[in-house]
Amino acid sequence: MNDLAAGDAIATTETRDRRWVGFRTIVIREFSRIIRIWGQTIVPPAITATLYFIIFGSLIGRRIGDMGGFDYMQYIAPGLIMMSVITNSYGNVVSSFFGAKFGRHIEELLVSPLPNWLIVLGYVAGGVLRGLLVGLVVTLIALFFTRLHVEHPVVVVAAVLLTSLVFSLMGFVNAVFAKNFDQITFVPTFILTPLTYLGGVFYSITMLPDWAQHLSKANPVLYMVNAFRFGFLGHSDVNVGLSFTIMVLGLVALFGGCVWLMERGTGTRE
Amino acid sequence: MKALSLRQLTKTYSNGVQALKGIDLDVEQGDFFALLGPNGAGKTTAIGIVSSLVTKSSGRAAVFGHDIDSDLEAAKACLGLVPQEINFNQFEKVSTILVNQAGFYGIPRRVARERMEVWLHKLQLWDKRDAVSRSLSGGMKRRLMIARALIHEPRLLILDEPTAGVDIEVRRSMWDFLRQLNEAGTTIILTTHYLEEAESLCRNIAIIDEGRIIEHDRMATVLRKLHTEIFVLNLRQPLARLPEMPGYALALTDDGSLEAEVNKDQNLNDLFASLSSRGIEVVSMRNKSNRLEELFMRLVEGRDAATGQPKPAVTA
Repeated sequence: MNDLAAGDAIATTETRDRRWVGFRTIVIREFSRIIRIWGQTIVPPAITATLYFIIFGSLIGRRIGDMGGFDYMQYIAPGLIMMSVITNSYGNVVSSFFGAKFGRHIEELLVSPLPNWLIVLGYVAGGVLRGLLVGLVVTLIALFFTRLHVEHPVVVVAAVLLTSLVFSLMGFVNAVFAKNFDQITFVPTFILTPLTYLGGVFYSITMLPDWAQHLSKANPVLYMVNAFRFGFLGHSDVNVGLSFTIMVLGLVALFGGCVWLMERGTGTRE
Repeated sequence: MKALSLRQLTKTYSNGVQALKGIDLDVEQGDFFALLGPNGAGKTTAIGIVSSLVTKSSGRAAVFGHDIDSDLEAAKACLGLVPQEINFNQFEKVSTILVNQAGFYGIPRRVARERMEVWLHKLQLWDKRDAVSRSLSGGMKRRLMIARALIHEPRLLILDEPTAGVDIEVRRSMWDFLRQLNEAGTTIILTTHYLEEAESLCRNIAIIDEGRIIEHDRMATVLRKLHTEIFVLNLRQPLARLPEMPGYALALTDDGSLEAEVNKDQNLNDLFASLSSRGIEVVSMRNKSNRLEELFMRLVEGRDAATGQPKPAVTA
């Protein structure tokens, strides 16, 4: 290896190390934020999940009986875990990134030598961390109410990770375009919540009339919830392969979109 | 070597405002450079482009030879920015802000903590290291932003009105700090509304107005362009009317002091001799206004906004 090539190799290693430290710093900052405001990040989803399990699982669920061949509590548990993962992954990135824009401390990152794709990754990692943390808490709560048998552990992990990544990226897009706090609550309230509730968390779409089943299949959340449920119960209303294809394609498209928005400076640079 | 080089830099905002109309600017390594201009002249836009907070419309910018189009990461690594507005997370602790900022520049946490201690001591913020940043006073917040900009030890430090709104004591201590920093080798670009600050600290100066550089030279050379100075003379006995003194432009103030405009061909000894011969006793004397401020106003007011050229003299 000549001197020039050796120099290039050192520079590449230095760049990689520098970027790794930068990425880790964003993740540490995001995780510290999640823990610092635990009363807003961890407790509310835990209370909501507990209420869902009590009302829909214990009280109403007993009257519903089986769903897809399973006890209703067992049936909704994966959906409720996934719902908390979706809302918290999305919510973490949208509030953290928009907060950074609003408070202008996003400029700390923009002036630094970190490339845009790494800034996106850092925030997304924060969203995934919160999604998984809350998902774990909800899983522990679910264990108080029902027995969770895991049929396909790899599918469970892959589905929750991909879903968390996809919704973290969606939260990032929302935060990039948002100009005020109303706009960061609009999407979760009017789009995300309806899609999640109609995404087969509480019911099997086979209960619906044909037209509603077809309409439900246009809802991406349906595929994520069912892939996750398949991991636990071995049962899904949709093709699991198709679910993973949709998640991976969504992930690639959203990540590319987020990096493109950052490169253009949309919502961040004038 | 040039610490900063701008070539034909333009910026037109989406609302159509043309903030920069093709500016050329060079700042040499080791310089203490003043970038002056009225509000909306384009200073912050130019700084924003160099630091990646604003996207340029056209032109080139390079920091220590690293072009921001082709070598952005290296250019950013050389640069520290103290912006005009407070832009740190007001809910984070002082120490956390610095350690995180170092991390964004790839500095491992152990080294970052050591540097944090050094800079907080230098900027007299060590006692506040565990304080939540929003609890700091205005002056402390400014110093925190300076410490944050220096945590990665940049070769070029850009300060956008760093002393705005801070009291005189803090401002003076910041001046001393910046002088020491410059003497230690850091190139500094300063924008300020306190022209006395620029005159006191900077060796070279550029004045920007309406998106154009209208003056770019050594501070001493620029100041020499002033042909007159106005002195305010406090008198033992206030005057009721203006004395007749051919050759001098005099004016009376409300409190009976005398304002004398002295041009380059005149000297103060002659002025005082003339005053003494008329029985007028001068107790003390001061400049009416900052010299740079006067020149600045003349330059800015004397340009044609459309062409950027000096306005033609009005003749009868």
